[in-house]
Amino acid sequence: MTQTIATREGYGETLVELVKEGYDIMAVEADLSGSTTTKKLQDLDPDRFVNVGIAEQNMIGVAAGLSLAGKTVFTGSFAAFGTGRCYDQIRNTVCYADLDVKVAPTHAGISVGPDGGSHQMLEDVSLMRGLPGMNVLVPADYWAAKQAVRIAATTPGPFYIRLGRAKVPTVYEEGTVLELGKSYVLREGTDVTLVAGGIEVAQALIAADKLAKEGISAEVIDVFSVKPFDKPTLLASVEKTGCVVTCEEHSTVGGLGSAVADIIGENHPVPLERVGVRDMFGTSGEPDELLAEYGLDAAGIASKARAAIARKVR
Amino acid sequence: MIEESVDKIEARAKSMRINIIKMLKEAGSGHPGGSLSAADIVASLYFGGVMNYSEDDPQHPERDYFILSKGHAAPVLYAVLAELGLIPEDELLTLRKLHSRLQGHPDSKKLPGVEVSTGSLGQGLSIAAGVALGARLNQQRDGGPKRRVFTLLGDGEIEEGQVWEAAMFAAHQGLDNLIAIVDNNNLQIDGDVRDVAGLDGISSKFQSFGWRTIEVDGHDVSAIVTALKTATLLDGSPVCIVAHTVKGKGVSFMENQAGWHGKAPNEEQARDALAELGGGE
Repeated sequence: MTQTIATREGYGETLVELVKEGYDIMAVEADLSGSTTTKKLQDLDPDRFVNVGIAEQNMIGVAAGLSLAGKTVFTGSFAAFGTGRCYDQIRNTVCYADLDVKVAPTHAGISVGPDGGSHQMLEDVSLMRGLPGMNVLVPADYWAAKQAVRIAATTPGPFYIRLGRAKVPTVYEEGTVLELGKSYVLREGTDVTLVAGGIEVAQALIAADKLAKEGISAEVIDVFSVKPFDKPTLLASVEKTGCVVTCEEHSTVGGLGSAVADIIGENHPVPLERVGVRDMFGTSGEPDELLAEYGLDAAGIASKARAAIARKVR
Repeated sequence: MIEESVDKIEARAKSMRINIIKMLKEAGSGHPGGSLSAADIVASLYFGGVMNYSEDDPQHPERDYFILSKGHAAPVLYAVLAELGLIPEDELLTLRKLHSRLQGHPDSKKLPGVEVSTGSLGQGLSIAAGVALGARLNQQRDGGPKRRVFTLLGDGEIEEGQVWEAAMFAAHQGLDNLIAIVDNNNLQIDGDVRDVAGLDGISSKFQSFGWRTIEVDGHDVSAIVTALKTATLLDGSPVCIVAHTVKGKGVSFMENQAGWHGKAPNEEQARDALAELGGGE
């Protein structure tokens, strides 16, 4: 049954579940515990929660130190500051030393809304997937977010989990089990592959419905795990459909679109169209308005799908 | 815990300085100035009966931690690990070479004895504070001895804003198992720390953040050991030891010269340096 709920809602409550199951988990927050939902862990056990104040670089460093003391540590803040303000700390301490730190800020993407471009992080996937040893999960909905937190907590090494603020429709059923390194075909089709990540998965499914009414059969893939990337699932689909559209609420520079371009370019070149923010900053507005403004809504995806199909060599 | 006499520790520091010159000459690049300034401090930490650390079990879960925040002083860390017998002395000559465990800056994935990789400045104090907090929580849960975390920062390094984020955090958390040592050699790459960034009054800065501070001659082993032991006895707040040092200490032509921050001695310079240190062939 489809619900409307933000991916961030799956964060704090899953940390609580994991602690109750016996995992030695801590969260290090930078003054945004209510917004990120890490406060739920604080409410369960204050000793498992550390607030460093508005100090994101120290947040990552303290998380690194706690991991050296044997903890599995999740970090907070918003994606703009929880990756960008402390990129060097994530690179040189967490990834270079291969520590058990799970970078999981919330409020990623254009769907942050009215706070505007300063807070709409559109480069986080690009920054994080470029780091050697970093795993990158981009959950499509609340249920996938809970799975992402669980996978990160139970798999050694650095993780980035992309979480959002806006309420979005669920695409998975309760109890769905997702895996690191996997993409999921949510709808089968033969004319075009829609490769989506995060909240764009729901938009891609609506786009597939629209296209079906025009007699176009679209396959929809959720790239839950951007890194490691599930190449076989992508390549099997594009070999079948012959063209691809990537869909992300992220910059088209360095994110999912780039990852897909790398893979099909090296393995099976087909026409590629990319839905994303075209190398620019965001602006204030409601999430739905912004998806439409930047062509990230179902209509925008359907339009790119038609363009990709038109480019196929017949 | 290794507790040697002051004479013995001084001999260790001298031997470390000799190895620092030898490995940097062989590498052809690297950072002598800040390695030499820190030699007496690092020797005192490991051999002065201060750190709960054993060369027989360097990964012991109850050991004290040393984090070299000023990662460019990697040679002084490798030199002390050689003194402990954890690195064969001839391996020191692989510093900065392809496939060596002795990276230009310490890499904990390659070399046991390096507690965490460092090199990007200003990060060690945050990491040390995290370890100190985690160790305190583990001790509350499991019992066992109080685990301490020592970290060595450069004076130029504390220009990094993250250091003061960490300073505020550590005092707020009352991390009295955290001891920071500032190697106050007064020089950074571009010159005197006061000229480059107006850096002065390090103790009063830390005090204003809620730390206790101790000032010490960073080349007086007896005084360093006393300062470190005193720091471990203070409860309720972290302690910063400001160690007044001479950059390039022990090699007269390198002393107080910013130009020797990141330049290796050539054959002739190394010969002169080793002769002065009493380590000539």
